[in-house]
Amino acid sequence: MPVLVHSHASSGRDIARADPVRAPIGLPSSNKRPEPALHRPPAPLDTIRSIGTPEGIELELRLAGPIARAFARGIDSLLQIAVFVGISVLFGSLGGFGTGVVLVMWFITLWLLPAWFEVHKNGATPGKRAIGLRVVRDDGRPVGWGPALTRNLLWVVDFLPAFFAAGLATMLLSRDFKRLGDLAAGTIVVYAESALVNRAIPEAEPQMPDRPLSLAEQRTILEFAERVRTFTQDRATELAELPTPILNGARGHFATQRLLHLANFLIGRSAGVR
Amino acid sequence: MKQALFEERFESRWLAFGKWLARHDAQLRQSIRKRSNESAGGAAAAESLHDEPESLRDALFPDAQFPERYRELCQHLALARDRQYSPELIDRLNQLALAGHHMLYGARSRFGAQIIEYIRSEFPRLVRREWRLLLFASLLLFGPLIVMSVLVPRTPQAAQFFMSPEQMAELRAMYADTAHIVHRQAESDVAAFGFYVWNNISIDFRTFASGLAFGIGTIVVLLFNGLYIGAVQGYLVSIGLGPNLWQFVAGHSALELIAAALSGVAGLRLGLAVIAPGARSRKQALVDAATRAIRILYGAAVMTLMAAFIEAFWSSHRYIPIPGKYAVGIALWIIVILYFALAGRRRSAASARKRVPRMRSAHAT
Repeated sequence: MPVLVHSHASSGRDIARADPVRAPIGLPSSNKRPEPALHRPPAPLDTIRSIGTPEGIELELRLAGPIARAFARGIDSLLQIAVFVGISVLFGSLGGFGTGVVLVMWFITLWLLPAWFEVHKNGATPGKRAIGLRVVRDDGRPVGWGPALTRNLLWVVDFLPAFFAAGLATMLLSRDFKRLGDLAAGTIVVYAESALVNRAIPEAEPQMPDRPLSLAEQRTILEFAERVRTFTQDRATELAELPTPILNGARGHFATQRLLHLANFLIGRSAGVR
Repeated sequence: MKQALFEERFESRWLAFGKWLARHDAQLRQSIRKRSNESAGGAAAAESLHDEPESLRDALFPDAQFPERYRELCQHLALARDRQYSPELIDRLNQLALAGHHMLYGARSRFGAQIIEYIRSEFPRLVRREWRLLLFASLLLFGPLIVMSVLVPRTPQAAQFFMSPEQMAELRAMYADTAHIVHRQAESDVAAFGFYVWNNISIDFRTFASGLAFGIGTIVVLLFNGLYIGAVQGYLVSIGLGPNLWQFVAGHSALELIAAALSGVAGLRLGLAVIAPGARSRKQALVDAATRAIRILYGAAVMTLMAAFIEAFWSSHRYIPIPGKYAVGIALWIIVILYFALAGRRRSAASARKRVPRMRSAHAT
C-alpha cells in the first residue's frame, strides 16, 4: 500500500467494523466543504429493489419492466403455438386416440408447463431465459409450485379485456412492475444477470492526487474508470476534461489517462506490481 | 483496507464459493463461464489466472461449510458497500450472494409426503374452513340448476334463452339414441377424455382466475353453468329423455359438480380479499388468500380430472348395467361428501402445529 494514505492504518484487524478508508484522503480537515449526504451511497435507482436477508445485508435485484416482459411473453406464446401445431401434426393423424393425446398435451402446454419451467428451471420460462429474466418471490427466494401456478393461471385476468391490458395497467401502477398474477402470487420478475459486464478498471500507473478528494469525487472517478471501455474515445475525452481542478492541466487523451491513474491509486493498486 | 488488497486477500474465497455453486447449479455454471470469457481480455483474467492454483485447492469445501461460507460472503459484501469500493466489485459480490441466498433459502420440499398429507387431511380441512364460501358457491351453481330443471319442463320456452334450436336438436339426437353415444370405439374414449380434460379443467382455472375481478367473474361463471346445465336437464326431461341423461351423468356428476363449486370457492376467496382485505393491506390480503385458494384449486383440478376419466371410460359404456351406473353415482356422492365432512378431523400434534393461521378478518358476511 502506498504511504501517507491515512492515519487510521486499519490493517484489516477488525473487518466487521466500518473502515473509514474512503473518508477523504490526506490531512484531516483540509476538505472545506462538509458533505454529510455523500457519505452514504447514492439512493438506488427506482428499478432496483433491495431485499433484506437474515444475514443482515441487503441484496439488490433489478426489476424487469413491461417491454422486456412483453418480449418474453411473446417468445413464450410463439413457442406455445409452435408446440400446439407440432403436437397436432404429430398425433393428429392417429384418429380418436391421437385427438385425446393432443388435447391433454395442449392442456399441459397452456397451463402447467410455464409453471413447471418457473419451478424447475431457475424461475425462467424459455422466453424469460432468452431475454434474461427470472421470477422470484418478493423476498428473493425461488418460486415453488404455489406461486408459480397462481401467477400462470391468473394470466387469464391479466389478459382482459384484450392483449394483457389489465396486466399492463397494474404493472404501470404498481411499484414493482407487478401484473395481477404477480400481485396475488407475491412474485416479482427480475433480471437474472447483472447489467455490469466487464467493468474492471484498466490498469495504469497509480498517481496520487495533489489535493484531498471528497468522497463524491472519488466515486465519480471510479465510476468513470469502470465505464471508460464502454465509451468512444471522443466521449471519454469529453467527460474526462470536465473535472479541470484535478487534471493538472492535462487535456484530451491525457485527461483520460490522468483519471485512470487516479482511479488506480484510489483502489489501491501499487505501482509496478503487475 | 484498500480495495486491491481486499480483492487480493479474498479473491480465492469468492472463486471457491462460485465454484461450489456452479457444481450445484447448471444454470449458474453457464453464466459464470460467460462472465469469465467476457472479462478474459481485461485485468480480471490475469487476476483469476494468478489465483487459479490456490482457488482449486480451495474449491472443494464440503457442503456442510456452505452456510458459513455464505455468511462470510455476506460480510464481505457489507464491507465492500460500507467502504464504497468500486461498483463493479460490489455488483460481483451481490450476484454471488444472491445465488448463495437462492441456494440456501430455496430448499426443495418433500413432494411425495406432501401429497399424501394433502389428500389425507389438508384438502378437506381447507374446504371445511371455507364452508361459508362453499355454501354460497353451491347456491350459485345448484340453485339455478334446480330451478331450471323444474321450470323448463313446465315452460319449455325458458330453455330457448340458453340454447339455439340447433343445439336443442343436437341434444335430442344425442340422447334419443343411446346407442349413438354409447357405442364408441375405445380410441374415441381417449379423444373424449382429452376433450374433458382440456375443456373442464380449463373452466375450473378460469372460474378461479376471474374471481380476482371482485369475485364477479366467478359468480357469473357459476350462475351461468348452473342455468345452462339446468336448462339442458329440463329440456331433456320435458321431451322424455331424462333417464338417458341421468344414467350417463350419474357416475361423474359428484366429482365434477363439487369440483366446479370448489373452484368457485377459490375464486371467491380471491375476490373477497380484494373487496374486504380486513386489517392487512389489500396486497398482503390478496397474497394470503391466493396461497390458500390455489391449494383448494389443486384438489378441484384433480377431482375434475377423475371426473373426466369416469366420464370418458365408464359413463358412456353400454355394457355396464344401468342400475350399476346409478349405484356407483350415488356411492360417489356419498363418498365425496363424507370425505369433505370427515377426513382429517383427527389431528395429530404434528399436523396441528402446521395449521395455517385462520384468516378471520376476510369474511365479509
